[in-house]
Amino acid sequence: MAESSNGHYKVIGTRPIRHDGIDKVTGRAKYGADYAFPGMLFGKVLRSPHAHAIIKSINVEKALKMPGVKAIVTAADLPEAEDKVEQVGEAAMNPRYLSMNILAHSKALYDGHAIAAVAATSPHIAEEALRLIEVDYEVLPPVMKVDDAMKKNATILLPNLRNKEEGDNPTNVASHLQFKRGDVAAGLKAADFVVEREFNTAMVHQGYIEPHNAVGIYNSDGQATIYCSTQGAFDVRSMCAQVLGVSVGKIKVVPAEIGGGFGGKTTIYLEPLSLMLAKKTGHPVKLVMSRSEVLRASGPTSGSKIKIKMGCTRDGKITGAEVWMAYEAGAFPGSPVGAGAMTILAPYNIDNFQVDGYDVVVNRPKTAAYRAPGATNAAMAAETVIDELAEKCGMDPIDFRIANACKEGTPQIVGPPYKRIGFIETVEAIKNSPHYKSELTGKNRGRGFAAGFWFNAGMQSSATVNIQTDGTASVITGSADIGGSRASMAMITAEVLGMDVTDVRPVVADTDSTGHTDVTGGSRTTFATGMAVYNAAQDVVRQLKERAAKTWEKKPEEVKFEDGKFSAEGEGIKPMNIKELAKRLARTGGPITGRAQVSTGGIGVGPAFAATCVDVEVDPDTGKVQILRCTVAQDAGKAIHPSYVEGQMQGGTAQGIGWALNEEYFYDAKGTLRNSGLLDYRMPTCLDLPMIETAIVEIPNPIHPLGVRGVGEVSIVPPPAAVANAIYRATGVRMTELPMSPPRLLKAMLENRRTHELQAAAAD
Amino acid sequence: MATAIIPSLMRKLTDGRDRVTVSGKNLREAIADLDRQFPGIANELIEDGDIRASIAVSIDGEVGANGVLDTIRESSEIHFMPQISGGS
Repeated sequence: MAESSNGHYKVIGTRPIRHDGIDKVTGRAKYGADYAFPGMLFGKVLRSPHAHAIIKSINVEKALKMPGVKAIVTAADLPEAEDKVEQVGEAAMNPRYLSMNILAHSKALYDGHAIAAVAATSPHIAEEALRLIEVDYEVLPPVMKVDDAMKKNATILLPNLRNKEEGDNPTNVASHLQFKRGDVAAGLKAADFVVEREFNTAMVHQGYIEPHNAVGIYNSDGQATIYCSTQGAFDVRSMCAQVLGVSVGKIKVVPAEIGGGFGGKTTIYLEPLSLMLAKKTGHPVKLVMSRSEVLRASGPTSGSKIKIKMGCTRDGKITGAEVWMAYEAGAFPGSPVGAGAMTILAPYNIDNFQVDGYDVVVNRPKTAAYRAPGATNAAMAAETVIDELAEKCGMDPIDFRIANACKEGTPQIVGPPYKRIGFIETVEAIKNSPHYKSELTGKNRGRGFAAGFWFNAGMQSSATVNIQTDGTASVITGSADIGGSRASMAMITAEVLGMDVTDVRPVVADTDSTGHTDVTGGSRTTFATGMAVYNAAQDVVRQLKERAAKTWEKKPEEVKFEDGKFSAEGEGIKPMNIKELAKRLARTGGPITGRAQVSTGGIGVGPAFAATCVDVEVDPDTGKVQILRCTVAQDAGKAIHPSYVEGQMQGGTAQGIGWALNEEYFYDAKGTLRNSGLLDYRMPTCLDLPMIETAIVEIPNPIHPLGVRGVGEVSIVPPPAAVANAIYRATGVRMTELPMSPPRLLKAMLENRRTHELQAAAAD
Repeated sequence: MATAIIPSLMRKLTDGRDRVTVSGKNLREAIADLDRQFPGIANELIEDGDIRASIAVSIDGEVGANGVLDTIRESSEIHFMPQISGGS
């Protein structure tokens, strides 16, 4: 096992140019929408204009007669899917609900819900044909918020939905979960200070710039191929097989390069439609979402309501915490409330707590994963309340965290004790940073701090390493590259084989060309696929030792491999590197392929923490918040390619800031999304943010050969709370609603000013 | 004997107990033993012969990959928790 985190590596920890870099910056890289095939048709989707409606009938006759239209599909073309929860890839999902989201069955359940799909000879003809499809809707009242959905006589979205507690009564509450330890009432009673607040966070989108796309090809022998932008080719295959009622082996998925996913591309929307239309027409069919469709009809993450009550002693020890949280699942069950419940108190050692979480359906798009799903909402609540408690105790906010910090052996919320973790080191990295040590001066300015946690997943990966005839190598995995992972795979291979990283060619393969590999998500790729690559490269070394032994007429155990060279004791034996040994492969047994597959367990294989410090200036006349400076620290275990780890940290932080300040889904009273474009769904650009400073902390993960922890997600968790805490220090206002957009913040500041004026007047 | 930590909402099936001692060399046997002591609880945890897709099981701090075949030791601690997904 290689040494970790102290400079014993030659390749790991360096910053080579990524292998896919030139293609990406010159436009040669092939994205899903770039694919074209002879005779290809173009698909468009008819979407519901209503948030909630019974579909009484769909008439496609007129549309089918339009010249250029070749096929139309509706839910009637889908087989009956099972109504049960199954494990597909990373997530548990219900195939019936997945099918109902691909094409609406008897009800339209959100503005933008797919009703029918058309294939035509041009995208314009397909678009025109949509207007000729006649749908008879019976419009129902939309249910847009968890409060309304959970009321006793709420309009019901899914007539068959039940939960254990409500028995056979129709409900919009899909499930209730609870975590409990100790005696929370006694814990709160023992507190010197108690803070109780209610938070509301808006639904937000992952904001990937590349829309969803798919090209489906269906052969007459029943073999199908999908080219698409996805985080998980094998998951696309499994899910399409479920929805279409075919066997997994009949579908090949070729992952295109991906222009952002962040969790939003771990599910399917257009892929089964492309295959259904390809099967009906006998032609390849391409579908690409517009921006408006992406926002209306893909998978944003949940808005939420969180009530939290937390108490501490005057010397800063948290004595109890009580949480109630309800997350929007969208039209079908499956919000990340479970993760929210398990992360909200995760950084802290608290003896008494109770967390109740509710998964609630509403007439919004079915939510999908977004970078540490559920955790950001939760941290907004917990980390601002903790900030308030720290202030009451007169403690530095970081010192308060350290006083309550979890460490190795602390029991997690769900029970098992943490193994070696780096929470204290991560918050200390901020405390010792030039940013935190600097003085912030100026009017209307404030500094805020917050921390966050994410489990990081393991799951299954496969890898193959081939030695070419010239002694260079290729490493083949099934992990879509959404953040530089193929460079990391090449670096791990190069490190083990003692090669230059430019002599290793990383390949992201399709589902026929490599072993099963779970999704690029859950911050699992460098951990699990990296582990498989490491093991496959070690397999190569083992085989090469045998070939060297054969060449020198020695036993394999007499051959050493060090610093990229094979050697053995004996007269006339000269050490060989892999390039030299490669010349002898044909005469010592043939090609060398190393392979490995890993199944590394589920969540929590390398838990990680992030901490964010942010300085803001608030315009007192408009409520606009300017980010002056921002630093993020994160425990990466071991940073294989530090630039790409920093990129993940900066990207997650930027997204968290957008979530904090501007982003929200805005629906009108009819449940129509009114900001389905990037002008009005306002994400931060590089003009809005300073360069985000980073501090990579390396506390090796004890269960990984290189010490790797997942890095892709946790940095998005702290920023909204950090920004909220900074706004408080700048304005005196504690915000409890996201986003803290200018109108909302201005209103709060004006109310705060008015309250102070009235109090001052009363005192006079 | 291993210890199964019972999720709070399932404790009505274990007479309010949050910890139950169980025997067995793997999860299948441990859950069968749990069900012998408290009939009906296996139905909350098992579907089609394996752990429910909506549940993840941690044994001695590690979430297993082998479902009911995950091995347990004499002193193992078994936790049941919701399955979650990630984004990245």
